[in-house]
Amino acid sequence: MTMLNSYRSGPDEKGHFGKFGGRFVAETLMPLILDLEKHYAAAKSDPAFRAEMDYLLKDYVGRPSPLYYAEPFTKHLGGAKIYFKREELNHTGAHKINNCIGQILLAKRMGKTRIIAETGAGQHGVATATVAARFGLPCVIYMGEVDIERQQPNVFRMKLLGAEVRAVKSGSRTLKDAMNEALRDWVTNVHDTFYIIGTVAGPHPYPMLVRDFQSVIGEETRVQMMEKEGRIPDSLVACIGGGSNAMGLFHPFLDDKDVQIYAVEAAGEGLETTRHAASLAKGVPGVLHGNRTYLLQDADGQITEAHTISAGLDYPGIGPEHAWLHDVGRANYVSATDKEALDAFQLCSRLEGIIPALESSHALAHVIKLAPKLPKDHLMAVCLSGRGDKDIYTVAKALGVKL
Amino acid sequence: MSRIDKRFAALRAEGRAGFVTFITAGDPDHETCARLLAGLPAAGADVIELGMPFSDPMADGPSIEAAGLRALAKGASMQMTLKLVRDFRQKDNDTPIVLMGYFNPISAYGVDRFLVDAKAAGVDGLIVVDLPPEEDDELCLPAVKAGIHFIRLATPTTDEQRLPAVLANTSGFLYYVSIAGITGAAAADPDAVGKAVARIKKHTKIPVAVGFGIRDGKRAAEIARVADAAVVGTALVERVAEAQIKGIDPADHVLALVRDLSKAIRGVAKAAA
Ligand SMILES: Cc1ncc(COP(=O)(O)O)c(C=O)c1O
Repeated sequence: MTMLNSYRSGPDEKGHFGKFGGRFVAETLMPLILDLEKHYAAAKSDPAFRAEMDYLLKDYVGRPSPLYYAEPFTKHLGGAKIYFKREELNHTGAHKINNCIGQILLAKRMGKTRIIAETGAGQHGVATATVAARFGLPCVIYMGEVDIERQQPNVFRMKLLGAEVRAVKSGSRTLKDAMNEALRDWVTNVHDTFYIIGTVAGPHPYPMLVRDFQSVIGEETRVQMMEKEGRIPDSLVACIGGGSNAMGLFHPFLDDKDVQIYAVEAAGEGLETTRHAASLAKGVPGVLHGNRTYLLQDADGQITEAHTISAGLDYPGIGPEHAWLHDVGRANYVSATDKEALDAFQLCSRLEGIIPALESSHALAHVIKLAPKLPKDHLMAVCLSGRGDKDIYTVAKALGVKL
Repeated sequence: MSRIDKRFAALRAEGRAGFVTFITAGDPDHETCARLLAGLPAAGADVIELGMPFSDPMADGPSIEAAGLRALAKGASMQMTLKLVRDFRQKDNDTPIVLMGYFNPISAYGVDRFLVDAKAAGVDGLIVVDLPPEEDDELCLPAVKAGIHFIRLATPTTDEQRLPAVLANTSGFLYYVSIAGITGAAAADPDAVGKAVARIKKHTKIPVAVGFGIRDGKRAAEIARVADAAVVGTALVERVAEAQIKGIDPADHVLALVRDLSKAIRGVAKAAA
């Protein structure tokens, strides 16, 4: 086996990370995707683009987000020294906005006048509606009926921000179906519409550009940990839906070979059941939504439904770069159940005074398993990808509390 | 000469456009679909597109999506799709069959095994919506090698510059999607379609079939005037749903429409190309 000299050089010019990724889209979209790639390459080397992005990330989003020493959590677990990367403090309450700022600036450069997006938890929908409002562009958000039901607060937020929320009634009526519907809209309105994909998935160049826009998480973490501890973290932990907050945290550290990386999939009611969203643990490679990656599917290649209490993780696939990192063994892909996430949600709320998103609670659930076994000088950085206000109805229901 | 090439040569000799019918394999169930398939040539179908059901048909509208889900609910699978073709071929060795769908079910079946089994069953061509020329290594090149046509879609966004890439490795016919959109969407006007077909014809000698938005005889005739073939899908699969509601035989109900459309298309005499 040849040694890779870098884990950060992907994708290749066809959008492949190893055998994963690619551009599996209808012909109608192909010219646009090639055009997007060109515009992104030009934007990357344009100082004005960078400057506008930096300005917005700082004054509009509120970056840098703090790297916070979670002392009560650390003491409670009695092992590794735990830091929270506080993406939940961003404007709109999650990491999703980092990517939306980048993509709306690209949309502007390309002269697109209409924005669409898919959303699961509603965080990406809210972030997209937010930047669309800020830039004065009309915006349509596709959201599965099931998710609309369990994320009511975010649905109302999107509407307040001026977005139209379209309920998706097909299939499992969750994130994957919202993505199908957004793709259908895009094919139909390709002349004026920009599709802001919310995670490191979809056809090339999306997995790359979303990663690049989210890498600010890891870049800041590196600098902040150096400032606080004089060295980089020993381990990183993040939850995985499509994988954007995780990739954003991990990517700047991929070539620091001593940094252990843990990505946490949603195990729903358990990996031994069929009700989970663990596409790496239980899926096989296939092609969906523009890329080759691990997918939950049956023997006939029909996509099966994901299940998790967390709407933002409820997706039967995973970004292609994660699929590759899994296969080459650079990152550890683990999972946490609904119950473990709910426990972590409550523990974090009580100990830290921070109500984490149910998505982020999956990362915390793994921290709870991992940290006690590690020495006190082990530095662990956890991505607190979002805040949990949106989840209080779901959690109340799960705990049998009537609001 | 392949079945598809022979069929288009015959159509040219007859001086008329062809009629391409799309139905979904296994819709509404295997047995009914087999009867429908067997009846298509006599009802006037010149080429048959058989949809391979997929759970997530991103480029299809609600009608074709529903057809796929109906089929899957009744146990449709790639094996059953190939069985439909195999059984059809027992009685009809002339009407070309093109399998149409998405890549994942093929990928799950295994590309090599799929090509061997499809060829043996009597499949003549493939249309795979989510495999643009950029992904030709995946299936297009192996299919061509196995002697199966890879039929590409061209769309209004396929400009002059891109057409050669779309046409490379395409054979049998080219499927021109008359609008940027999903199946079942509104139709483009025949003038625009005529211009687009003429533009494509400057780049290729292979026949150009036009689809999307053809729902009735009038529109089918208009398209038949400007293209080598007219494709009808959504209107046919909607008849399956309608028949189920009305409690009549879906195969008969679809075939009645096929006969009407075929008559309209055959009524259009072509100026010699
Ligand atoms: C707070 C939060 N974290 C994580 C995710 C999962 O997405 P990703 O894996 O792309 O970070 C979501 C998605 O909605 C989210 O809202």
